[in-house]
Amino acid sequence: MTDVVITGAAILAGKRADIGMSGGVFVDPSELAGTRKARVVDATGLVALPGLVDLHTHLRQPGGEQAETILSGSRAAALGGFTAVHAMANTTPVSDTPELVTQVWEWGVAAGYVDVRPVGAVTQGLAGERLAPLGSMARSRPQVRVFSDDGKCVHDSALMKRALEQARSLDAVIAQHAQDPRLTEGAQMNDGPLAATLGLEGWPAVAEESIIARDVLLAESVGARLHVCHLSTAGSVEVVRWAKARGIAVTAEVTPHHLLLTEERVVSFDPLFKVNPPLRRKEDTLALREAVASGVIDIVATDHAPHPSESKDCSFPEGAFGMVGLESALAVVLATLVEPGLVTYQDLARIMSVVPASIGRVAGYEKPLGLGSPAHLTLVDPTALAREPHGSLSGNNPYRGEELKGRVVHTFYAGTQTVDDSGIVDLPERTA
Amino acid sequence: MRHLLDTKNLSREDALRLLDTAREFSDVANRSVPKLPTLRGATMVNLFFEDSTRTRLSFEAAAKRLSADVMTFQVQGSSVSKGESLKDTAQTVEAMGADIIVMRHFASGAAHRLAHSGWVRASIINAGDGTHEHPTQALLDAATLRDRCITGPRGADLSGLHVAIVGDIAHSRVARSNVFLLNTLGAQVTLVGPPELLPSGVGDWPVATSHNLDAVIDEGPDAIMMLRVQGERIKGDFQPASGDYVRNYSLTVERANRLPESAIVMHPGPMNRGVEIASDVADSPRSVIVDQVRNGVAVRMATLFDVWGETQ
Repeated sequence: MTDVVITGAAILAGKRADIGMSGGVFVDPSELAGTRKARVVDATGLVALPGLVDLHTHLRQPGGEQAETILSGSRAAALGGFTAVHAMANTTPVSDTPELVTQVWEWGVAAGYVDVRPVGAVTQGLAGERLAPLGSMARSRPQVRVFSDDGKCVHDSALMKRALEQARSLDAVIAQHAQDPRLTEGAQMNDGPLAATLGLEGWPAVAEESIIARDVLLAESVGARLHVCHLSTAGSVEVVRWAKARGIAVTAEVTPHHLLLTEERVVSFDPLFKVNPPLRRKEDTLALREAVASGVIDIVATDHAPHPSESKDCSFPEGAFGMVGLESALAVVLATLVEPGLVTYQDLARIMSVVPASIGRVAGYEKPLGLGSPAHLTLVDPTALAREPHGSLSGNNPYRGEELKGRVVHTFYAGTQTVDDSGIVDLPERTA
Repeated sequence: MRHLLDTKNLSREDALRLLDTAREFSDVANRSVPKLPTLRGATMVNLFFEDSTRTRLSFEAAAKRLSADVMTFQVQGSSVSKGESLKDTAQTVEAMGADIIVMRHFASGAAHRLAHSGWVRASIINAGDGTHEHPTQALLDAATLRDRCITGPRGADLSGLHVAIVGDIAHSRVARSNVFLLNTLGAQVTLVGPPELLPSGVGDWPVATSHNLDAVIDEGPDAIMMLRVQGERIKGDFQPASGDYVRNYSLTVERANRLPESAIVMHPGPMNRGVEIASDVADSPRSVIVDQVRNGVAVRMATLFDVWGETQ
């Protein structure tokens, strides 16, 4: 690994300073000055951010390799400026054993583009009936600290309470997909006047809010950490605000698409805009943005959900839920939060790197760009158009044709350059 | 008009033109040779992903009276996993020469999707998509209302008429298409049904709503349209034939007798006699159910004529 000096970048959009990397960690660039082997990267005009951490990614391997593999998803992540992603457990087979989470982690190491942190299933096979072996997964080689049945809600209250008790003892977190299954049978889009007009089964806000309300009370009674996945309604923000004011250990995430897109997109009947939870009203997107600004929502997470074209080349009700997001997340956050002045670049580092790493117990992200920390670095040009997504195997990108600004120009993962000006860097396969 | 996908986006001008054309075509049926050469050379395909007899036959009759060639593609079963996709099926029928695709599909928005996806170039006529719309049904209802309730109907809209639509609004594409078309044509619409059968977002529609059929009847509507309770679309908990529904929302002889003398009774069919409508009411002189079927052929002739003219 060669030493690198980055010159001219604005640190978190603040003052310009050189950045040194050696041995996979950040070093004082003056230590590298004059050494012949240091490679110099001119980053004039770019903003330096810590490597981004995604707490919510679907990499589809094993079982869904036609949509994404751990390698292709890792490359998409690097192109989006990420250096760590949490791979959700809803694969085939489900990641619900120490062997399977270890396999996912090893594939991630072999790819080498990002730290692939496996998420373990809460219940066996995501069936919502019996707890998966959380303790064994936590003590396995990848040391799983995030458990989730994402895609499905842990609906049974007793089971959720037990899962929280387990998580507490493991310093882990339960990341809940808050969706009351009975209130959303056959649901296609946000419930309301538009769903009524389009004749699509409505997905009421209360189906999300009632589960969050129950879960924060369970987390309080157990004294465990709860994480709310992809919060999508103004009402959910109010529930989380109340819980935080009460001192409950709850964290919440919002996706880029719920910050930008509204249910009006469904007027096209194009399944590209079909996602779980559904796109909501304009009022909801505004409430979600405000909630990030005020800290009620802790992080942005992509819920990157690749699907092959045949899953979207159909009528709306027949289409699959989900959209890709790794390669557009930063640009959407710039457009919806930074550009309007709701958050600063310091905040951005917090909501897309420091805090998601902290929730997932990923070490090395505590001090963004801090000397001695692993050299996870993203250099972005906020004035240039984002690259067209091309790392993911799937094309279900809802921002197709939109001109989003925020080009990830360089990404470094532990000092290794994964993305440069010309795109993804081809890395040799590694062994775990 | 390139496609007919819904009535929500159908202009008043287009609607009135279709109704006036339909009125001219309705005379064709009474000729000794009930046929016009207008669509000679055109091929219409009935692409039905859901069972239907009356709508399919009605389109077939309309196309034949205009001398179009007709093909029928009836897809068995309603699950995409059982067969090919909408895209493949539509491209297949277009490759066989379809100029106009008349489609019924179990998925809301399927016709809109087919028209705007770039999969095919044919004109698309929506013959019912899921619980979304059924625009030719609303047009035939409007044609019937115009014939029966408006003097000098040609060119006229439905201003001043009060129409009550009763029953399972939530699962009814007929109700949606009627709500938007009748509103465009100036009629006043009241939707009547139990809370669970009115869509939760109905508040934004240009209609009045009520859970009290007797009170609406006492308002003296010009027409009352009874909808079938769609048991096949209702999940789980609601029992359509329960005594409670019949007691509160069925058009009984007693209720029909309280309607104004000139009021007409409509039903898009197929009827569940004894559930939403009493048999004696369905067969009474104020029932225009057979007129609706007759107007259906004329309205579909007008629609085929319109979309074909646009592509020539």
